Amino acid sequence: MSKKYGLLSILFVVMLVLSACGPKTVESDQVEVFSWWTGGGEAAGLEAMIGVFGTEYPSVEFINAAVAGGAGTNARAVLATRLQAGDPPDSWQGHAGQELIGTYVAASQILPLNDLYEQEGWLDVMPETLIPLISQDGDIYSVPVNIHRANVMWYNPAILAANNIAVPTTLADWFAAMDTLQAAGVIPLAMGEQWTAMHLFETIMLGSLGADKYNGLWDGSTDWGGADVKTALDNYKKVLSYTNSDASSLTWQDAAQLVVNGDAAFTVMGDWAAGYFIELGKTPNTDYGWTPVPGTNGVFQFLSDSFVLAVGAKHPDAAKAWLTVAGSKAGQEAFNPVKGSICARTDCDKSLFGVYLQSAMDDWASNIVVGSLTHGVVANDSWKNEINTSLGLFLADMDVATFQAALVTACTGSGPCK
Amino acid sequence: MFRNKDRYLSFLLVSPSILAILIFVYGFIAWSIRVSLSKWKGLSPDYTWAGLENYLSFFSDPRFSVDVRNTIVFTLVFVIGSILLGLLLAVMLDQGLKGESFFRSLFLFPMAISYIVTGIVWRWLMNPATGTRISGFNLLFHYLNLDFLINNWHTTRTWGIAAIALAAIWQMSGYTMAMYLAGLRGVPQELREAAQIDGANEIQILRYIVLPLLSPITLSALIILGHMSLKVFDLIIAVAGKQLPLDVPAIYMWQLTFDGLFYGRGAALGILLLISVAILIIPYIGYTLKAEAKQ
Repeated sequence: MSKKYGLLSILFVVMLVLSACGPKTVESDQVEVFSWWTGGGEAAGLEAMIGVFGTEYPSVEFINAAVAGGAGTNARAVLATRLQAGDPPDSWQGHAGQELIGTYVAASQILPLNDLYEQEGWLDVMPETLIPLISQDGDIYSVPVNIHRANVMWYNPAILAANNIAVPTTLADWFAAMDTLQAAGVIPLAMGEQWTAMHLFETIMLGSLGADKYNGLWDGSTDWGGADVKTALDNYKKVLSYTNSDASSLTWQDAAQLVVNGDAAFTVMGDWAAGYFIELGKTPNTDYGWTPVPGTNGVFQFLSDSFVLAVGAKHPDAAKAWLTVAGSKAGQEAFNPVKGSICARTDCDKSLFGVYLQSAMDDWASNIVVGSLTHGVVANDSWKNEINTSLGLFLADMDVATFQAALVTACTGSGPCK
Repeated sequence: MFRNKDRYLSFLLVSPSILAILIFVYGFIAWSIRVSLSKWKGLSPDYTWAGLENYLSFFSDPRFSVDVRNTIVFTLVFVIGSILLGLLLAVMLDQGLKGESFFRSLFLFPMAISYIVTGIVWRWLMNPATGTRISGFNLLFHYLNLDFLINNWHTTRTWGIAAIALAAIWQMSGYTMAMYLAGLRGVPQELREAAQIDGANEIQILRYIVLPLLSPITLSALIILGHMSLKVFDLIIAVAGKQLPLDVPAIYMWQLTFDGLFYGRGAALGILLLISVAILIIPYIGYTLKAEAKQ
């Protein structure tokens, strides 16, 4: 008798274990996920994550509604049309932060995910300083899948050694170093087309103002018209004077190549450049080195691709299942090594990642996290667009006073400033 | 009675396209006008009345003045360049040289290419890099010992947009050539002969007989090229992306609407573009209709 029960209880435990790691089920039989990941490591990473989803939810058909186009410009236009027609995909990709919140929360198109965060324990495995940047009024609106760092300065170690320059950590050291390089006939800082100038702009603002005042720019507590900002803009103008004259005809890849090919000493670009250098067959720490942009040590200026839950999703339970996978350790470990980014979670297995990414993972877990402007974290689309216009005008006339006045107007018009 | 029935049938046959045009062209123009008079900003439609606010905003907008200036420079260089080059090619081909049809196709081919392709190729050709990275036209000039011609092309301050117009001229001058060639073939031989008898030389025949007879063609070319240059978008995007020194109204409209979600202002800019094209086209349509009525 007891033997029989013993066998039964073992069977019961086995069944429990099986049901825990075996296929999970939801009511819906499909889920439609919209993204702009259609090529390269991004598409491969997405496929890998879809694979994880397929193992966990074999009964749900995954509809990959990806639309091609750089950084999602085209995809977002398509998405806007679908949303206006009342035909939302169940979940879609967006840059975490205000790009999503300012656009889709303002239009009541996406739902808060606080419950999911608590249920999955994500608040414990994601950096504390990240959460406010992807929330509005205490509600978290998206699940970040990957993390990229914006404030990285890449350099050519051989050029620095040849000119007896130590890797600069402050703006003053950096300016001195670039004076030396300019005198030596090397391009001190490689830059590309207008958006890379905006990328440089946000890192210099961060380096000059520090994390707190930089964050204040985006919540209205730092005065855009103030003296600190003027100093930061003067610094930015000075940094621009060290850039290559043909910047506007170069892509970010062209600019990055100038550094590894020995034509330029520095370039400021997000850490997707690391993946590009590997593609070019370059060796880390020999052909290229990296450091936070001078003045931003200890601060991680992040950007992230994240997924949301649509209001009026046709398969809400399957969409939540997808988000669970997107935020899970298995999902993020499948996606990120292929895409060339790090996990939003701080508990991913480091051995899966390359040299640069391992160092980024250490910083992600320990640094203060602030958001990127160019890549949609800190400002809504309208505001970013206004800043982009005033920046473009500034690149042509280099007039700091006009630029600062335009930035003040932009914050009043589309930001939180009153 | 039969005549009326015929008319009824023909109306019936064209009515689908009339209906489609009414909805998809005029209906959407009307809707855009309505949006342009609204405060719509962000993803959800907002038809709050804003009056002419969106339109007036452009007059104090420094970016818009850059756009207007760029459009004027582009239009002047592109239209004048294409007409002169097209006319020159047509007159040369009209001299009865050997292999005329080969050259005709050769010059006409660029027109068959999309602006995106032209843009990307010219982006390489007009590479402004110097030193060891020199390439494209600049490298060619360097090999030919014409170093003084090396320049920054579309990245030239203030006048960069004219370099973009060069690419457009390359693409469209073959088209104007074809138009002029047709016109030249239409000049009656008797007129030339009469002029010759009167003692006119070739230049004088061209100046006093041929060119005046070609003026309707010049007008058509002006209109067609002119409205193309007002709407230019893809060529610039392919050469330089969305960068302010080469900004034009169409790019600004795209960025306002889809990047910045300023639907109201974007629609207003679209309507301003429509008005500028209409100013060019409507008198021309009126003129052709009158000319047709005379015949």
